[in-house]
Amino acid sequence: MAQEAPAEEKLLHVSVSPHLRDTVSVPKIMRSVILALTPALIWAVYIFGLRALWLVLVGMMSAVLTEAICQKIMGRPITVSDGSAVVTGMLLVYCLPPGVPFWMPMVGSAFAIAIGKQAFGGLGHNPLNPALLGRAFLLASWPLHMTTDWRAPAMGTMSGIDAVTNATPLAVLKEAHKVLADPVSTTEQVVQAREAVAQLSSSYGNLFFGNVGGSLGETSALLLLVGGLYLMFKRYIGWKIPLTFLGIVMILTSAFGGADGLFTGDALFHLLSGGLILGAFFMATDMVTTPVTFRGRLIFGAGCGVITSVIRLVGGYPEGVCYSILLMNAFTPLIDRWTRPKRLGEKGLRQE
Amino acid sequence: MSVATEFTKGFIRENPLFRLVLGMCPALAVTTMAINGVAMGLAATAVLVGSNLVISILRRFIPSQVRIPVFIVVIASFVTIIDMVMAGYFYELHKVLGLFIPLIVVNCIILGRAEAFASRNPILLSLADGLGMGLGFTLALVILGSVREILGSGTIFGVSIFASGFEPAVIMLLPPGAFLALGLLLGLMNKLTKAEET
Repeated sequence: MAQEAPAEEKLLHVSVSPHLRDTVSVPKIMRSVILALTPALIWAVYIFGLRALWLVLVGMMSAVLTEAICQKIMGRPITVSDGSAVVTGMLLVYCLPPGVPFWMPMVGSAFAIAIGKQAFGGLGHNPLNPALLGRAFLLASWPLHMTTDWRAPAMGTMSGIDAVTNATPLAVLKEAHKVLADPVSTTEQVVQAREAVAQLSSSYGNLFFGNVGGSLGETSALLLLVGGLYLMFKRYIGWKIPLTFLGIVMILTSAFGGADGLFTGDALFHLLSGGLILGAFFMATDMVTTPVTFRGRLIFGAGCGVITSVIRLVGGYPEGVCYSILLMNAFTPLIDRWTRPKRLGEKGLRQE
Repeated sequence: MSVATEFTKGFIRENPLFRLVLGMCPALAVTTMAINGVAMGLAATAVLVGSNLVISILRRFIPSQVRIPVFIVVIASFVTIIDMVMAGYFYELHKVLGLFIPLIVVNCIILGRAEAFASRNPILLSLADGLGMGLGFTLALVILGSVREILGSGTIFGVSIFASGFEPAVIMLLPPGAFLALGLLLGLMNKLTKAEET
């Protein structure tokens, strides 16, 4: 025995892949994501008041607490300090209307973590984005709160324009298009609807800087872009999904989004309004629930774009980012299998 | 195999819904209220007892090649009777349960008990099996219906149980709520019975 010990030390270290390791860890990535989301939070507090901060804190605490309780019950190591639950809670509250009662982020985060994540085996095993699942749950459970508890920003109007003050920009657009498409609309209604659409198209500034109503953390395209680009710069998220997502939405909305025929839609308005930028940079890029292959990510982003556009233009809801990402999450395993790279030397083999 | 064990196995040990996961279609579709669970469960129980009895009596005369069609004819007869009785005496409930009463014909539990039990066992055992399985199914439906009714409407058997500030979660009345509730109940059931075994 004494002779074997030194011989063992000379053996090469054998391990399974991956062999190249990075110093990046889950807590490190999560800290960066929280940092990238912070500007939007500060902006939300600025335009919606301190209430926004409390909502986010309630959501985060509920998520962390639920994670700890679930892991305790299931006898797993408690990993709340990795920050992933904090990010889930934060992202969930970012896509709630700022006027919701405080129990909603609490229940939503608890559902997102318990059912969306821990029931499937914890971080890395969840098929769907937990934050979006929490939002979908809240929307299906308490639709009234989720569609009417909007708040106007401190310095502007809810729609970003002066004519309409009680609806978000996408809801205004949806109503206007309904009027335009309806043959029994009176001339006066049509004129009003056209005026609203025209005004929306001239409100890019409000949309870009975030001086509009909407979900808590989605209003400011500028601040979300800053956060998203920071994450891209750190290489925690790739460019493929956001770019294809945004690109397809712009192409489809400009082609089919107008009331006067093809290519009269307002792509820039669709790009800047709603939760598109928040979703494309922070939710559709979730490492767990999106494809890993190059082509797979392009397909994923394009699928999100198509579904979002379809829901926005012809669906029942004014906004479709949440459902588009959830639906594509469900397809992720299929996409990954379909786009699996060929093994070396496989090219000449018969295709099955 | 005593009558008592055949009767009690359907409650927990071989509960049709929580253990065998049979009869999912009515279990998910009609359990928006506890009372619907009672009605659906008792209707299925009546059919189950009747079909088990008749099939057990006829078990030596049914050629095995055509046994499935014969079982279905027997079951369908009982379902028709139950359907008409409910339409006659419990009209409101019958309207709520609607298509799911005729669909008891294709309920896996009933055909399953006919094939697996009644066609091979004497009359008394088959009766006990049918009654136990039916009541076990009813119990499961009532539990599922209660969970969904409490969370989705804030009531149980139509009686309000929360203060007026409670806002029920509509999702529990929708199909996803049925799957969520059933999944969590299955998990709980496994957890409880596992603790019992060890």
